[in-house]
Amino acid sequence: MNEIVILSGKGGTGKTSLSAAFATLNNNTIVADCDVDAANLHLILNPVNYFERNFTTGHKAVIEYTTCTNCGLCVDYCRFDAISLQNGKVTISEVSCDGCKLCSRICPSHSIQMIPSDKSRWYAGNYRNGKMVHARLAPGEENSGKLVNVVRENARKTAQETGWDTVIIDGPPGTGCPVISSVTGTNKAIIVTEPTNSGFHDMKRVLEITANFKVKSYVVINKYDLNEAITSKIESWCEENNIPVAGKIQFDEQIVEAMINCQSITEWKPESETSKEITSIYNAIFNDQYSTAYRITSQ
Amino acid sequence: MTENSKIKIAVASGKGGTGKTLVSTNLFWTAQNAGFPVTLVDCDAEEPNVAEFVSGDVLYTDTVTQNIPVINPELCVFCGKCFNYCNYNAIVYLPANHFIQVVEDLCHDCGACLVACKFDAITEKEKQLGTVKSMYLNSHAEIIEACADVGVYSPVPVIKKAIKEASDKVLAIFDSPPGISCPFIATVENADYVILVTEPTPFGLNDLKLSVETLQQLHKPFGVIVNRAGLGNREVYNWLQQNKIALLLEIPFDREIARIYSEGRLLAEEKPAYQLQFKQLLKAIEKSVKR
Repeated sequence: MNEIVILSGKGGTGKTSLSAAFATLNNNTIVADCDVDAANLHLILNPVNYFERNFTTGHKAVIEYTTCTNCGLCVDYCRFDAISLQNGKVTISEVSCDGCKLCSRICPSHSIQMIPSDKSRWYAGNYRNGKMVHARLAPGEENSGKLVNVVRENARKTAQETGWDTVIIDGPPGTGCPVISSVTGTNKAIIVTEPTNSGFHDMKRVLEITANFKVKSYVVINKYDLNEAITSKIESWCEENNIPVAGKIQFDEQIVEAMINCQSITEWKPESETSKEITSIYNAIFNDQYSTAYRITSQ
Repeated sequence: MTENSKIKIAVASGKGGTGKTLVSTNLFWTAQNAGFPVTLVDCDAEEPNVAEFVSGDVLYTDTVTQNIPVINPELCVFCGKCFNYCNYNAIVYLPANHFIQVVEDLCHDCGACLVACKFDAITEKEKQLGTVKSMYLNSHAEIIEACADVGVYSPVPVIKKAIKEASDKVLAIFDSPPGISCPFIATVENADYVILVTEPTPFGLNDLKLSVETLQQLHKPFGVIVNRAGLGNREVYNWLQQNKIALLLEIPFDREIARIYSEGRLLAEEKPAYQLQFKQLLKAIEKSVKR
């Protein structure tokens, strides 16, 4: 199985637009949208879901006021500052509760119940070039990477069932747990960056993660013509650090047009410069059979 | 800004890369340039970028830590109660082998295992989660940066610490992390007003709807800035109108603005017309918060 993850660190550099293009270049492709906090890939791939499940992210403490004596013991024990005495009444902030259960264990009158938070969902569906696993984290939930793991596992399972061997993973922004969950066990990582100081800075932070996991990494510079001086800086840095730059994509309003028409750029304007460049990036990365060993060293 | 007002404004967006940092840094710069005391808090602890635009001498750097249990094998009787109490699978327990171990990366610092242990076999040590750095721009302007270490289970403790540092400031602007999960909530729950930044594309609209739904649940007043106006379509505007949501400002897509941003420069500093718009925006928000 060939699992390829698309990351960026900084948001809005073009991860999802590139994932959509890769997902529609070949048939028998499996796509995992791991940006469960702000999923967008389904807007382009428009999957018809054949499977939907609730996902329990954790628990929230709820007080049974008919038996609560307002002794305040739970207030002292809670390390998340989620419980307070307000006008003599014990009150739990749902937003701050981490679901550790300690309050319900120490409550002398057994007045605290743990209610599962199960509003998050994950789905599997068919789209025009293959199958897609995606998810929707409920607002305010902890994005711990657990839901990402569920999406990854089910994408793998789908790959085994269908015998298709390419899994494209649209990753989350940032450098936290959901990113780690998206990277673990993949074969290759594509870091989409843009020629801004922030994009460059964040790209380096994500490359630390892929290096730690010994995942072979490639850089794609999107909107490269918006600042060619910074593009050159990124290219030189990559060369010094032995990280291949798989391609450079120009700023192209047609990518937004394609999005509005629920298509990837390679479907919308297959003959455009941008589509040709993306196809060439795809071929370079997907056909690169580990000819070189893991070249990236930890920074 | 009047002297006695305390206002906290969060700049947020569901989708990443819509221009949160562009807005927050320019609002900050505009306020300090007008002589208002202001603090900018970079709450995007996984990828803090504010300092690329506005920076200054570092006043202090605090480390943010969490407690991690340490099990003393001499005192442990392998009863398994701490393992049962841990709701995060952070304790590995194999009774047959007399094996017990803490998985530090999974620990949430809830203290349940400590309460569980009746044999005083568990103590705690500190583990670093990140840093909070204060930078001095001038006598009335300060930047506080939350930075989580790469791969920590949650950036929230680092964000909360940074926000706490700004609690007594006259005007504080929070640059929020993207998304609508815990780190976003931890940032906006302390704000009096939230500016949502979006772009006029299907992705921008989809994520804007999610952010709005979340803010409405939290009963937070908010308004919207459309960045890269001119790209995409009119759907965002139609939706704002239908739902009677305030459109605070439009920033057009323009290669020159993109270049100014890309080099870490400030729109308000280079284009007086924008400075005026940001200043009016601050005044309008102050007025609406105080009403």
